[in-house]
Amino acid sequence: MMDQLIRLLQSSICFGTVIMYGAIGEILTEKSGNLNLGVPGIMYLGGISGLAASFFYEFNNPNPSAIVCLLVSFLAAFAASALGGLLYSFLTITLRANQNVTGLTLTIFGGGVANFFGGSLNTMAGGVGQISVAATSAAYRATIPALSGLGLPGKLFFSYGFMVYLAIVVAVVLHWFLNHTRQGLNLRAVGENPATADAAGINVIRNKYLATCIGAGISGMGGLYYTMDYIKGTWASDGTIESLGWLAVALVIFATWRSVNAIWGSYLFGFLFWAYLIIPNLGRKDIELFKMLPYLVTIAVLIFISLRKKRENHPPASLGLSYFREER
Amino acid sequence: MENTYAIQMKHVTKRFGKVVANDDVSLDIKRGEILSLLGENGSGKTTLMNMLAGIYFPDEGEILVGGNPVTIASPKDAFDCGIGMIHQHFKLVDIFTAAENIVLGLEEPGKLDLKAAAARITEICQKYGFVIDPNKKVYNMSVSEKQTVEIVKVLYRGADILILDEPTAVLTPQETDRLFDVMRNMKADGKAMVIITHKLNEVMDVSDRVAVLRKGRYIGDVATRDTNPQKLTDMMVGHAVTLNIDRPLVEPRHLRLEVQDLTVLTPDGVKALDHVSFQAFGGEILGIAGISGSGQKELLESIAGLRATEPGSHVIYHPPAPDEPIAGQHVPVDRSGEELLGKTPRQIHSIGVSMAFVPEDRLGMGLVGSMGMTDNMMLKTYRAGKGPLLDRKSPRALAEQVKAELDVLTPSLNTPVRRLSGGNVQKVLVGREIAQNPSVLMTAYAVRGLDINTSYTIYNLLTAEKCKGVAVLYVGEDLDVLLELCDRILVLCGGQVSGVVDARTTTKEEVGLLMTRFRKEAAQA
Repeated sequence: MMDQLIRLLQSSICFGTVIMYGAIGEILTEKSGNLNLGVPGIMYLGGISGLAASFFYEFNNPNPSAIVCLLVSFLAAFAASALGGLLYSFLTITLRANQNVTGLTLTIFGGGVANFFGGSLNTMAGGVGQISVAATSAAYRATIPALSGLGLPGKLFFSYGFMVYLAIVVAVVLHWFLNHTRQGLNLRAVGENPATADAAGINVIRNKYLATCIGAGISGMGGLYYTMDYIKGTWASDGTIESLGWLAVALVIFATWRSVNAIWGSYLFGFLFWAYLIIPNLGRKDIELFKMLPYLVTIAVLIFISLRKKRENHPPASLGLSYFREER
Repeated sequence: MENTYAIQMKHVTKRFGKVVANDDVSLDIKRGEILSLLGENGSGKTTLMNMLAGIYFPDEGEILVGGNPVTIASPKDAFDCGIGMIHQHFKLVDIFTAAENIVLGLEEPGKLDLKAAAARITEICQKYGFVIDPNKKVYNMSVSEKQTVEIVKVLYRGADILILDEPTAVLTPQETDRLFDVMRNMKADGKAMVIITHKLNEVMDVSDRVAVLRKGRYIGDVATRDTNPQKLTDMMVGHAVTLNIDRPLVEPRHLRLEVQDLTVLTPDGVKALDHVSFQAFGGEILGIAGISGSGQKELLESIAGLRATEPGSHVIYHPPAPDEPIAGQHVPVDRSGEELLGKTPRQIHSIGVSMAFVPEDRLGMGLVGSMGMTDNMMLKTYRAGKGPLLDRKSPRALAEQVKAELDVLTPSLNTPVRRLSGGNVQKVLVGREIAQNPSVLMTAYAVRGLDINTSYTIYNLLTAEKCKGVAVLYVGEDLDVLLELCDRILVLCGGQVSGVVDARTTTKEEVGLLMTRFRKEAAQA
């Protein structure tokens, strides 16, 4: 039973880390007033480009260096995701296209691109399910033996790859940035009331572009973590990334747009998703029912927030609206 | 070289589409002076100042600050020139505190220190006589407090040229006095100030010099001590305004609307209207006076069928007699009187009861901001015509007619109405309701925020309706207008009728007393 519980908690944290990245990036994006529903697509882009970069590196080098493996995959994933964000920004900020439509399109686009190249990589590697970037995946999953061997605390707190801890750091740094720096204040003003921010001399367009692109880059890390750590350096065209992406969007609401809330929120989502592990004698259909729990919790949170009407818990006031200075 | 001019604008022109908002305007603003920028609605005052604040960019002309030509392409450029504008609609982030709003967008070295900012805000407040709590959230503030935050915001940035766009429109008289005191303090400190307004008493009260715009053109400037309201009005409107509203007596008048014991509850269960009874006649304008929030809105909405009423309430409609010119335009009803309560708004409208309610934001009720004039006209007529396709021709003709008759300034009939100036939006709204040929026409705040000329256009329209035999209900704010325009005045006080007086014989004092009667009695009791 104890082992089962520890396994459940470990699974919750790994699962939570994927959606935490997605949610943190989306929080940064939404704070600028951009509702990017392309999170699943961006996570796809991050996952496939990280995988592709490390695959070609490992393919051409018989003895890959762990550091280079990490660097190429990390940079490729961040750059591809940020490019996805740039595409979204250009469409919604410069051309003022509808944000919902653009985001949904980006999701479809990202999924299509990723599964196309995922299939190609598999073929190059010798057939379906054959791709494996063992060296890179091992680098991502490396733990510090001195710490992970510490019995129960080691298993619970130190048995993960570095990206689990990085996610927490990013969440805390983002919280600090938004609430205790001048740029953070400016960015929040852009998302709340762009006309006011503009009148205060803040460059609304640049803030929106930067927040959306960097936010997308962070969201893409969720896809990278999923391919490299969660499924151990392989590719599966089963649509899991997309469903995790939607869960990340739900987590943004659950966290009431506060990145530190996304830390425990994501682990809670993971716990709820995997809770069936410790419940004995469940059939296949019961498991699927349990996997709905995170969504039910999000609905409950939405109802709860709406009832309390606390202004600080509301989404940024101009979320989803494009801004044009001379519009009245 | 000592330059007394803070700003010189030379031959500035700004166009929006085909409408010229400012046409070759040259204006000087001096240091240590309060300049009033006076003009009717849509005369281009705000547009002109927005070019100084970096909101709009002039199409032609140049701007000199302290004698040097500058390019103001963004609000940031304006700050760099020392220009700060307090907009009519406050530009504040609701969920931020006063201090956060004030430091917003500043690029000071070092980390964000809200405590130091709060200390500096308090210092500025003491210097000029403001009162404000730097840590209060904006959504908890009164309008006057928000305005103070706006002013402190520009002072905090070191602005020495302040532009205030109709700052008193939202203030009580006491708050206005306090604002003017602060402005005089700032003037003594050597700051240049521009106050945009169309209230003549304020111009006379606070400013040193008056510059007048008319239809986007610069008419001229005069020292305030050398002029008087009459002269300024002449400059502003271009020709003397007849101060007497034409009020013909229509005979005979027929009973049109009978309201009996109308009682309406607010969502909290408080009586918004308490057994209100009165009669309205065709061929007269019945004014409805009262302190804002005395039940005026509820009264009109109940008659129009938009609000649930309590049992025992009655609104009886008597159709025009067959020989009247307005008869036969609408759905026939019981000649001995038809109960309106319980009917849907659409049914009531088809009987001939029209409502033109102008809310504070002008667009909230009645018009769709993103649609053009034609489509807004169609909102009332789209059910007419045969077949599933819309008839666009007649609403278009109607829009043309309203545009021509009421002199609506719009680039085209399809320009979204929210891009029109406030006065033009109101003309579209009132014009459309009158075009329905109603037998009862209800208007609320029809001239809210309008300049004198446009107001008279609306008064004349209402009087013309009255002469056709329509029963007009006019909810107004300005007592002088109510006394000159209406035949009878119904005074509401706390949801009750405190009196009905003959507008031709009553006095302002009498109506004012009725408006506050219940309060005084309650205070004495």
